[in-house]
Amino acid sequence: MAEAEKTLVESTAKQPEVKRFIRRFTRQQRQMHAVLFTTFLGLAATGLPLRFSESIWARGLARTVGGFGAIIFFHKFCALILTVAFLIHVKEIFKRGIQKREKGIFWGPTSMVANWKDVKDLLGHFRWFLGMGPRPKFERYAYWEKFDYWAVFWGMVVIGFSGYAMWFAPFFARFLPGWALNAALVVHGEEGLLAILFIFSIHFVNTHLRPESFPMDMVIFTGVESEEEFKEKRPLEYERMVKEGKLDERRGDEPEDWFVRFSRYVGFSAIAFGLLLLVLTLTAMLQ
Amino acid sequence: MGLKKLPEPVKQLNWAGREIRRPLPVLGAVFLFALTITVARAQTDCLMCHSDKTMQDSKGHSIAVDGKTFDASVHGALGCSACHADIKEYPHPEHVTKVECKSCHADQAAALQGSVHAESKDHPCTSCHGDAHSIFPKTDVRSTVYPLNIPNTCGKCHGTNGMAAKHGLKSTFPSYMDSIHGFALSQEGLLVAANCQSCHGSHHILSSKNPASPTYRTNIPKTCGTCHAKIEMKYDAGAHGHGLAKGDKKAPVCTDCHTAHAIVQPTESNFRANTTPLCGGCHEEKLSTYHDTFHSQLGLLGGYVQTARCWDCHGAHDVLPASDPKSMIAPANLVTTCSKCHAGANARFVKYQPHADAYNFKQNPALYLIRMFMNVLLISVLTFFLIHTILWIVRSRREHMKRNGANGGNHG
Repeated sequence: MAEAEKTLVESTAKQPEVKRFIRRFTRQQRQMHAVLFTTFLGLAATGLPLRFSESIWARGLARTVGGFGAIIFFHKFCALILTVAFLIHVKEIFKRGIQKREKGIFWGPTSMVANWKDVKDLLGHFRWFLGMGPRPKFERYAYWEKFDYWAVFWGMVVIGFSGYAMWFAPFFARFLPGWALNAALVVHGEEGLLAILFIFSIHFVNTHLRPESFPMDMVIFTGVESEEEFKEKRPLEYERMVKEGKLDERRGDEPEDWFVRFSRYVGFSAIAFGLLLLVLTLTAMLQ
Repeated sequence: MGLKKLPEPVKQLNWAGREIRRPLPVLGAVFLFALTITVARAQTDCLMCHSDKTMQDSKGHSIAVDGKTFDASVHGALGCSACHADIKEYPHPEHVTKVECKSCHADQAAALQGSVHAESKDHPCTSCHGDAHSIFPKTDVRSTVYPLNIPNTCGKCHGTNGMAAKHGLKSTFPSYMDSIHGFALSQEGLLVAANCQSCHGSHHILSSKNPASPTYRTNIPKTCGTCHAKIEMKYDAGAHGHGLAKGDKKAPVCTDCHTAHAIVQPTESNFRANTTPLCGGCHEEKLSTYHDTFHSQLGLLGGYVQTARCWDCHGAHDVLPASDPKSMIAPANLVTTCSKCHAGANARFVKYQPHADAYNFKQNPALYLIRMFMNVLLISVLTFFLIHTILWIVRSRREHMKRNGANGGNHG
């Protein structure tokens, strides 16, 4: 019995050594995601009590964090950081796409721009859901990942613009009609609500909680995934890498244990916090 | 025992001497001199027995009199026999006639007659004025009806567990003492601060349901206006004052917003935080659209009370419709009104609708359509992806189990 256990331990301990890792995200992309999700959680936690100020928990939550003054301060603080991150991202696209003329930014398999294949993948995915066809083979970015990206992109423009319009209302009123300030709150609130509901339910499940990745897809934290997982999740990209002979370029080191553990703590806390906010939102909406 | 308390000549001389020193016109002085001598004599005689502090009648009520206090009291000059006229000799009968204050204070007694206290089983005069032998003028700090003492005097009955509770009346004393009036009176000793009788009167106190009462609904602005004259003028000039003058029973009066007894500074966060629903009691639709705005969202969170409340934009006492050029929300005055908080507000800024209804197409079509677009976007995106995600999970789970099963895993 004890010997059997020992061999089991040895065999599982040996396995990671043979595992080969493929790099998926750069350090800057991972940092961007970290900034994005921390500020988003901060914005959601401070925005929700305002959006649902009549709910039973809003006042208590506001009091715990130091009243409304603290809430609005923190909200604006997170907004500023996220704005900076957004501008850095736009600058990066500009640099790579316009200055360096990287075609892969705007078109092709590595681009975030939707293409005909995404439509076919979406339909094929639905057929697979219903057991009517094979599972579509995905490239570097699958259609739901592109949707996530554009939802956040559009969301940041819309929420950001309406937010700044309210923050600096007298200034914006110089060139916006008065009713635009009314619209700003409606748009800011509804789009924020959509973002919260979408991220904390759809994105969480699609990316982290579905059986293939459960409980969390660590690739956005560590930047690498095992070759096996890479092949399974993005077969077309894998084939392309092999064909172009670029697979070796993409090899990455196995992430260090402490970093994986740390990422897991952060990631789980973020997911738990997000789910808590989701529950609060749903209570307030049903109230 | 009793013999020990017999005449004290020194005391007698003292009384006589003090009375003589009173600065009175000569004739009066002569008269009073004669009177005081007799009074003093009579009192001395009565006090031979009644100065015993333990003295009680057959029913156990104290019948002791503190000669010094009585002498200093407003009735001190009258002596015993002025009120206890039936006692002419010593020893007197055990039962003496009840003293009627109204034989001298006829006006007060008449006023008391129609009042809420007329039916009182307790002695109506001493309940408020205190012990009959130590009554002082109301300007004297020792008086129970001295302005600073009135709340305590009334509070004996109108406080927690007081007499009034037995009649189903509210305990008003604690809320008054915590109010701005009570604070001014008890902490600052401000004699002009409203005490009970400033609003309710003294002898002729009427129920607030009685149209003749100063606390009857329609009389309240006038009653408060006795001190707050300028506020009353503003109120009379405003829409609510107009309404009241026209006999609109729903028109709010001072106490509707400020309460009667628990009045606080309107700048206090408690007042600012809790008073919007009062306006909303009548202006329901306005309160509901106000709740949709940033002003209300901030305000409801507490801890932050500076955000615009109804009266910050509409005015408090002189609230007027926007059609009135004097109104704070008249188009010409909006920039000034909004600028109170929003530095740099311009003509375009004040086109913001603080009561916009995003569900009313006619009122604001652009806002309605934007709201509609956002709602449709939210519902369609979430519905689509909810279906997508659920189908995905179900399928993945099945795939997962199939594979693990084939591998001989225990999930099969």
